[in-house]
Order: sequence, then C-alpha cells, then structure tokens
Amino acid sequence: MKLYEVFIRSKAGLHHKHAGSLHASDPQMAIQNARDVYCRRNEGVSIWVVESEHITASNPEDQEALFDPAEDKIYRHPTFYDVPDGVKHL
Amino acid sequence: MMDSKQKYILHLADNALILGQRIAEWCGHGPVLEQDIALTNMSLDLIGQSRLYYQYLADLGGNGKTEDDFAFMRKEHEYLNCLLVEQPNGDFGKTIVRQFFYDVFHFLQLELLSRGNDEQLTAIALKSLKEVKYHLNYSSKWVVRLGDGTEESNARAQKAVNTLWKYTGELFEWTEYEKEAIAAGIFPEPDKLENEWANKVHQVLDEAHLQVPELPYMQTGGKNGRHTEHMGYILTELQYMQRAYPGLEW
Repeated sequence: MKLYEVFIRSKAGLHHKHAGSLHASDPQMAIQNARDVYCRRNEGVSIWVVESEHITASNPEDQEALFDPAEDKIYRHPTFYDVPDGVKHL
Repeated sequence: MMDSKQKYILHLADNALILGQRIAEWCGHGPVLEQDIALTNMSLDLIGQSRLYYQYLADLGGNGKTEDDFAFMRKEHEYLNCLLVEQPNGDFGKTIVRQFFYDVFHFLQLELLSRGNDEQLTAIALKSLKEVKYHLNYSSKWVVRLGDGTEESNARAQKAVNTLWKYTGELFEWTEYEKEAIAAGIFPEPDKLENEWANKVHQVLDEAHLQVPELPYMQTGGKNGRHTEHMGYILTELQYMQRAYPGLEW
C-alpha cells in the first residue's frame, strides 16, 4: 500500500485544501478511500489525490534562508500604504 | 395479513437491513482503517434504505406498527430477504464477492423500481441509486484487485465465488409477491434483468481472472421466509436490545 495525500475542494470556486493522508494500492482506491474517510459530512465537491512520494517539500533546515528575509519587507503588505483621500471604490 | 405489495416492500427492506447488519459486523474489524470506514459507510447506506421502506410499510399498515416493530420484532420465517445477503462475511474477499453479486443486482433492480408507478418507491429508488452506484463501483474494483492480485487473493476470491454462486439464482426466481409487483407496474418489466446481471458479473469476473463455477442447482427459499442456518444468529444480535428492553428508544 502506498501513502497518498488528499486534497478536498469544499465548494465550487474554492481551492482544494489538504485534508490528510491515507493508504491505498492505486489512485482509484485512493479516491474511494478519500471519499469514505474525508467526505462523510458533506466536506467536498471534488477530490484530488497524489502519492506522497511525489511531493517535494522544503527542508526545515532551510527555514531561515527561505522565510526570514520576508520579515522586514513590510512594504509588501497593502496595509503599509496610505490610501489618498481622492481614491474611491477601494 | 399483508397484501402482496406490502410483502414486496418488506422484501426490499429486509434485503437492505440484513446486508447492512452483515457489513456492520466489520465495524472495528476491517483489514485497514480505510476499508473499515468504507464498509461501515455502506452498511449505514443500506440500513438507511431499509428504514425508508419500513417507514413506508408503517404508513401503509395503519395498525400502529412502527418501523422498529418491522425491523426488530419479527421471527426468522417472517423475514423475506434473499439468502445471498445473510451469508457470513468470511474473509474480506468473501464479503466483497457477496457485495459485488448483490450490488450488480441491486443497481439494476433500483433502476427498474425508479421507473415504476408507485411514487414512494420511485422516490426511495432514486435516492438509493446514488448510494448503490458507489457500492457497485467499490465492490467491482475490489473484485478485480483481489482476483487479479496475488496468488492468495485470487484463490480466496475464487473460493468465495464458488461458495456464493448458488445463492445468485434466487435473485431472479420471482416470488408470488414479486410477480404481482411486476404485473402492477411497481417493478416494471424485469425481463432483461437476469441477462444484464450475468453480463456485468461475467465481464468483471473475466477481468479479475475468476471463473464461474458450473453448478447443477441453485439454493432458494429466503424470499419466502425459508432461511439458511445463519439467519437466526443474525437476528439474535440484531434484535437483542429490543428483546431485552422492549420499546427502548435512543
């Protein structure tokens, strides 16, 4: 049995969100298992499954290099800017 | 006394209840968590379907009987389910093969019922079809996985096919109450049902490298209340709470 990651779209227009993982021998079984394990209470309208080994993840040791440099770039947030009085419909 | 339509509804209800009870025995015992949940899901679908039929019977009866009276307070010979659904779970392979044989039939049966002229049964059939379409998808894919899997899974699935095949004939041996339901247009024109069942079953078994056994006879009787020795044990467990604490509600 392989490990699969399950992504569920909760309703049309929203994106698929990681719901959890499960074991299955093939993708069809993974979809069925995902339906039975993660969609019992009307959680979804669409399911994606992907073998966990096909996911490339960032290395926790790289965390500082990857994420810390964004910390002092507050000008990347829209709240950094004052909206001029004349601007409407924003 | 029940008329033939009531008996027919009771038969539909009992099929769903007994198979639902059988699959529920897997709850907490499934081979892996995912299949444990999948089987329990199907069990709940079937028990939900049986409730719709029993409630309809209670509405028709007019003698104060509730759905619980139908489900829990009858004796063995008063249950009209077919023999296939009462067969023991055995290993996972046997449970799957039993489910597959029944799902193919169940799906085709509900398709016909949904085109019948009884409004209530049509509505129940349409609701159930969505659930049973999934059951059939689930069980047929598993039959192929097991049959076309390892030497052991193939051997176990083949053994299940050999054991259960003799209970499939009864599905198409119409009882008096089914004949009347057919004549009344409740269960319209099932002439092709047996062929369609056989075609689908053979197609999936072929793909799974499983053989259909050649049997000189079929075992029947359940639909008229003559059950296999397993039925009493199912009812003992199923009815325990209502027998021990009559009128219990929760």
